[in-house]
Amino acid sequence: MGEYRYDHRTVQGFILSAIFWGVVGILVGLLISIQMWAPAANLAPWLAFGRLRPVHTNGLAFGLGVGAIFGLSYWVVMRLARRPLVFPRLARVQLWLFNLGIAAAAVSLLAGKTQSLEYAELEWPLDVAIVVLWVMFAVNVFATIVKRREEQMYVSLWYVIATVIAVAVLYLVNNASIPAGWWKSYHAYAGVNSANVEWWYGHNAVGFVFTTPILAFFYYFLPKATGLPIFSHRLSIVSFWSLVFAYLWTGAHHLIYTPLPDWLQTLAIIFTIFLIAPSWGSVVNGYYTVGADWSKMRSQYLTKFFVLGITFYGLQTVQGPTQALRTVSQLIHYTDWVPGHVHMGTMGWVTMIVTASMYYVVPRIWGTEIYSERIANLHFWLVLVGQLLFSITMWITGIQQGALWKVTNADGSLKYSFMDGLVKNYPYWHTRTLAGIIFAAGMLLFVYNVLKTIQKGKALEASQRPAPAPAAA
Amino acid sequence: MAGEIYKKPISFALLATVTVLVGSIVTMAYPMLRPDFHPRLEGLRPFTALQLAGRDVYQREGCMGCHTQTVRPLRSEVVRYGDYSKAGEFYYDRPFLWGSKRTGPDLAREGGKRPDGWHLKHYADPQSVTPRSNMPRYAFLAEARLDPEEVASHMRALRLPHGPEEIAALAARTEMDALVAYTQWLGHAVQRRQPAAGAVDLAAANPLGDSPHAIARGNRVFLDNCTACHGDEGHGVPDVAPNLLDDVFLGTKGDVPDGAYFALISGGSDAKAAIGRKGLESGGMQAYGGQIPNDDIWAVISWIRAQQAHERKEPPAMEKAEHPPGATPGRTP
Repeated sequence: MGEYRYDHRTVQGFILSAIFWGVVGILVGLLISIQMWAPAANLAPWLAFGRLRPVHTNGLAFGLGVGAIFGLSYWVVMRLARRPLVFPRLARVQLWLFNLGIAAAAVSLLAGKTQSLEYAELEWPLDVAIVVLWVMFAVNVFATIVKRREEQMYVSLWYVIATVIAVAVLYLVNNASIPAGWWKSYHAYAGVNSANVEWWYGHNAVGFVFTTPILAFFYYFLPKATGLPIFSHRLSIVSFWSLVFAYLWTGAHHLIYTPLPDWLQTLAIIFTIFLIAPSWGSVVNGYYTVGADWSKMRSQYLTKFFVLGITFYGLQTVQGPTQALRTVSQLIHYTDWVPGHVHMGTMGWVTMIVTASMYYVVPRIWGTEIYSERIANLHFWLVLVGQLLFSITMWITGIQQGALWKVTNADGSLKYSFMDGLVKNYPYWHTRTLAGIIFAAGMLLFVYNVLKTIQKGKALEASQRPAPAPAAA
Repeated sequence: MAGEIYKKPISFALLATVTVLVGSIVTMAYPMLRPDFHPRLEGLRPFTALQLAGRDVYQREGCMGCHTQTVRPLRSEVVRYGDYSKAGEFYYDRPFLWGSKRTGPDLAREGGKRPDGWHLKHYADPQSVTPRSNMPRYAFLAEARLDPEEVASHMRALRLPHGPEEIAALAARTEMDALVAYTQWLGHAVQRRQPAAGAVDLAAANPLGDSPHAIARGNRVFLDNCTACHGDEGHGVPDVAPNLLDDVFLGTKGDVPDGAYFALISGGSDAKAAIGRKGLESGGMQAYGGQIPNDDIWAVISWIRAQQAHERKEPPAMEKAEHPPGATPGRTP
């Protein structure tokens, strides 16, 4: 450091905002998990499952996910560009607008203002705000990268750039709508096209919010935390280009056996199977990186977050393509298997990497160490157990549901009514709530640890005054 | 040379843009130019103002979080719900509401399956109809009046045909009416399964007769499938489903043979014409053919006959004194 100062406070602001919205999203998740087995828990029209589910998904994808992406990307971009942000004030404004936007989003969803497009529920005034936010982010990221003081762009920057571009394209196309008042609009596309555009968007929201930025953090923070260099630069190049190329072809695997023409379903299935290769490129790269010195699993507490995170990414990217096969899809599609799949990715991969990256960043903002490695270890085990219990439970009941829907009597009539199948989910739905409580407990320990670290850092800073504060704004 | 791109952010960004656009153009943009992605089924009616208002409620309450609207071309699915979904059914759907999760059943073929009264009762209090359902109550919709101006602006935005009387009439309707109207719209463009020609055999005799075993089995099947509309003992529910035990059948005095009962249970309301009786105007009895084994249908008929005989011996008034309300064992699911 020395001659230039990074915009640490903005990064921390995004991290704390992400954590806040993460806690809200997780608590809403717990409530809706209870509503699955206790309809009386639908306390009011605006607290009913149908309105709360998008609050849960948007709160975590956009509040926790995008908040973390903004904060951690800025950290990574500044470090890899060896310079502060070109527009620090713009980033500050972006931080405030981000929190206002998420708050308004939560309120609007509770009020039932929704486009009914999964992961694109927010109505058009909020879409406009999100586009503004994203432009602010893009301007700072690109300007800082263009004016960097390090010639070579490291792989993390590629993933950040791809994220900025792809999300912009996806968001603009899918949110095109016909306004019918301030808080109501209708999709610009109808019927099959509406479905096709939405899942092109929906699947790539997973690809470019839950995959590429997280890979950027993985490639940056794993070597930083462990001191081990990335195993293969060539492998990361091949993985990167094949991943960002193939992802955009796969959306229609969400629409298997729907009225979407077969050729498009089949094309999506083929590219989905292909995606195993680039995904596992990063998995292999991660394993071989840590493989240079497995003792880091013991000696560096963050290593296990990264190793388990990339493990779940690896499992996720094999399970996903398997689900895309028609034979498998017809059994598990529309069942609870799918939330099990999604939560392995979000709880196992995204949260593992994001929390580990935050554990790395926050103490360094304050020039101190993490408050408690023991609490971080406990956090790790709780989220791991919670996530596994959640996913495995949902896979079991998903297969059961899918099977019960298909069983027929000797004369070809159905053996089970829909209710017969539904009531058999209840014990699994109870277990899922338990799993959520375990996971939430782990995440609350994480929040506690981060806040305590900041407190420690502030105390340290106060004791060192009048030394210059590391903030720049 | 290839390594140079990682030193040039602008070129890199352009190359990345082209890379993500290739798949997007082939799988997302190009299909929009193809007419087979936007066909219109013959007989598909656009939403009326009331139906669109109902669809808005369906969207607002997030119904698609638990219900799909697309029947897959799988055998078990076609038997359970009805004909598989066709692209041309969704011509007016902005956005599509196919959903991604079936916590509750698929609704693509829900229209016309059940009478309005059933839906009113079920939306207000789902557990009163299906006791172990996990669906939230939507009784508050019956309190909320529609705003005709707002609905009209939505009709205009979608360029759907509507007249001033139609809009004015909305003032007297509630969100619940709208939701029911939308529910009944679903799947109207696809023919429901008609009983196959010749399948209605009014002379068919009940192969199970009146054996005690058949009656007990019929009672079980009835409790599992029929009580939601016809009541625990078959006395019916006003505006929802007729009494099966009195001497009136589908609005006309005089009973019908076992074969007619079989045709109705198996084919649902569509079989009413074959029997020559009208029943409830909005009436929709769902077709149980394929949903449950044919022998179960005959067993239900055995049970109904036993109940009718019992009723003739003991009028309901006497029976009430004998069995206080609540003494009937509830249905299991």
